[in-house]
Amino acid sequence: MLIAIAALALLALAFGSLLGYSSIRFRVEGDPIVEKIEALLPQTQCGQCSFPGCHAYAEALANDQAEINACPPGGETTMIALSDLLGKDPLPMEGGAAEEKPKAVAVIREDECIGCTLCIQACPVDAILGSAKSMHTVISSECTGCELCLPPCPVECIDMKPLEVNTSNWKWPYPGDSANNRSIAASSVG
Amino acid sequence: MQNLNQTKQKHTLHRFNGGLHLPDNKSQSLTQPLQKAAIPKRLTLPLQQHIGEISEPLVKVGDHVLKGQMLAKPQGYVSAPIHAPTSGTVVAIDVFPIPHPSGLPAPCVVIETDGKDTWGGQLEPMPDYMHVDLSILRERIRNAGIVGLGGAAFPSSVKLTPGLDNPINTLIINGAECEPYITCDDLLMQTQAERILSGITIIRRLVGAEKCLIGIEDNKPKAIRSLRQAVTDHELSWISVITIPTLYPSGGEKQLIKVLTGKEVPSGKIPATIGMICHNVTTAYSVAEAVLEGRPLISRYVTITGKGVAQPKNLEALIGTPVSELIAQAGGYTEQVSKLIMGGPMMGFTLATDEVPITKACNCLLAADKTESPDPQPALACIRCGQCAAACPANLLPQQMYWYARAKDLEKVQEYNLFDCIECGCCSHVCPSHIPLVQYFRFAKTESWAQEKEQRAAEKARQRHEAQLARKERLEAERKAKIRQKKEALSATKAKEASVKTASPDDIGEDPKKAAITAALKRAAEKKAKLAESGIKPKNQDDLTEAQKQAIKKVDARRSSHEEDATTTDEQGG
Repeated sequence: MLIAIAALALLALAFGSLLGYSSIRFRVEGDPIVEKIEALLPQTQCGQCSFPGCHAYAEALANDQAEINACPPGGETTMIALSDLLGKDPLPMEGGAAEEKPKAVAVIREDECIGCTLCIQACPVDAILGSAKSMHTVISSECTGCELCLPPCPVECIDMKPLEVNTSNWKWPYPGDSANNRSIAASSVG
Repeated sequence: MQNLNQTKQKHTLHRFNGGLHLPDNKSQSLTQPLQKAAIPKRLTLPLQQHIGEISEPLVKVGDHVLKGQMLAKPQGYVSAPIHAPTSGTVVAIDVFPIPHPSGLPAPCVVIETDGKDTWGGQLEPMPDYMHVDLSILRERIRNAGIVGLGGAAFPSSVKLTPGLDNPINTLIINGAECEPYITCDDLLMQTQAERILSGITIIRRLVGAEKCLIGIEDNKPKAIRSLRQAVTDHELSWISVITIPTLYPSGGEKQLIKVLTGKEVPSGKIPATIGMICHNVTTAYSVAEAVLEGRPLISRYVTITGKGVAQPKNLEALIGTPVSELIAQAGGYTEQVSKLIMGGPMMGFTLATDEVPITKACNCLLAADKTESPDPQPALACIRCGQCAAACPANLLPQQMYWYARAKDLEKVQEYNLFDCIECGCCSHVCPSHIPLVQYFRFAKTESWAQEKEQRAAEKARQRHEAQLARKERLEAERKAKIRQKKEALSATKAKEASVKTASPDDIGEDPKKAAITAALKRAAEKKAKLAESGIKPKNQDDLTEAQKQAIKKVDARRSSHEEDATTTDEQGG
């Protein structure tokens, strides 16, 4: 009886100290699931999920404080990826907007800009260049299309311009998707 | 000659998986000799005819340009310049339709030709190419705008700069021309064997290869004979011209290497990793032209063939010539024409219009009729017969990839080595269910690239956002620190003042005015004492009247009596 208690106590002590040691030695800073979620998000930092930025949404998802269908820029693709990662059932997109908006970038009508710097302050990725009383312009390669610069503009001189399809970003269509079926003539030659 | 063919072939050949025996249909376009195409009225030169960065125009609308003049310079390392194919005037720099599977327009330089064909800006010929510095040779090949002319259009100067980690021992020259209908390489080998060999010698020098294998399919006996003759004439013992069996797609880079050497290029790697480098015969020819003649890449051989044209033939056409002009010079369309294909029947793509120019990589225009290129039959369900896998020359599992591509599961389809697919079309060709397999793979490839690009952009946006948050935090911390500092500074001076007051042994009290008066009195007394010490007396006391003396005495007496009363006050003034 005593031996058993002693043996168990000893084991408990040994494992306890092992666990205690590893919790210090192999300590994980932050929550790795947050990083995994963040990698799936489109990083537009638009705040349409009602959280300030993608990182905050990722944290909320990790803590089960948000639904997986709250990211309109990511669309259904992101929602399905999140449902895979978090083991949740796919949900219809919030507001029923299943189809994704075409990717767009903000463009400032430069002759109308009054140089108020409000849009610069609103841009989450520092993609607007300019200073007080000078014209501002959008660095389109850095713009995520979050539209956060639209409401603060007092003269409404910012437009969202959809990204143009050209020969370098054109994608082969899904077979059978459209009449634009430029199939290779690979069926029976000669 | 037949004898020559048989005795020289001592080389052991190998076989790649699958492949197809296709009716070659090459004789149609070989009935007529090679002709030079007429200079068209307008030349349209797309600014991107190569893999890599688009070139940057050097000319503006209205400029007169001469033949061979550089119109656009390369931007970045993987890029190529564009040259004027003839003399004329630049009439537009804008987007125009180009030959591309998307049918989308792209930036082009349009030249209205003057018909004089005047050379200008021709590069210096280098007949002594065996002794010219290698970097000068590479610079020349880059400046001549030479790209891989087998179809990929990858800038040749980049490919001819092998890394130090992969020494090249074998140079493979691709003369297979395995696609049906196309004969332009065949004709080039027949007519320009010597130039091709010069080009091979230059390339060999650049990559440092020991030997060279030229692979030619056995349906081109004339080309084989003419190259062998040239090799014997020039005693180039390091070159072997090897006849390979006609089997589509033996002209694929990895497939040709397998056939000639038995070695396999690892998945996702380039041939340089196994010490080989592969160039097309036309590329070798263009390299020789650029080095020996100083002639940039401004024209090429194009096969115009199919039942849809009246006189199938090969034309030497200027880059930028409209397809419609070339068709007209091949006798125009016949009544049967149903489809216009750029490239071969297996890997080419349909053109929506013939008002597009030919580019550096364009080797064939196929005006096909209904029998040559029938409309695709409706796709049926996959029956898992496995014929596609048996036919795949890249050892892939097309039916497996098809399921994943159809489900848009890009990760999974990449696991099945999607990017090793050369889009040769063998799988689609043999599929009994007429499934457009290659289209699924093309879709999956471009979709994967787009996704990858998006992920990179997202990562960049995340970093920028984090940088902004960090900056805002830093600025806020700095602002707070400044406020704190100011506050501290203020309280410090207050404390100091307070400490000065408490420390002074002044019994006048707290009033600073009184303190100032005492300080002034003190200073005056000190001054007076100093003057008395050095024996200086006020001068106004020297010659005084009796009345004045009396008055002074009176005042003095009063003062001294006052001093006795109040010891605190000193004498006032002097």
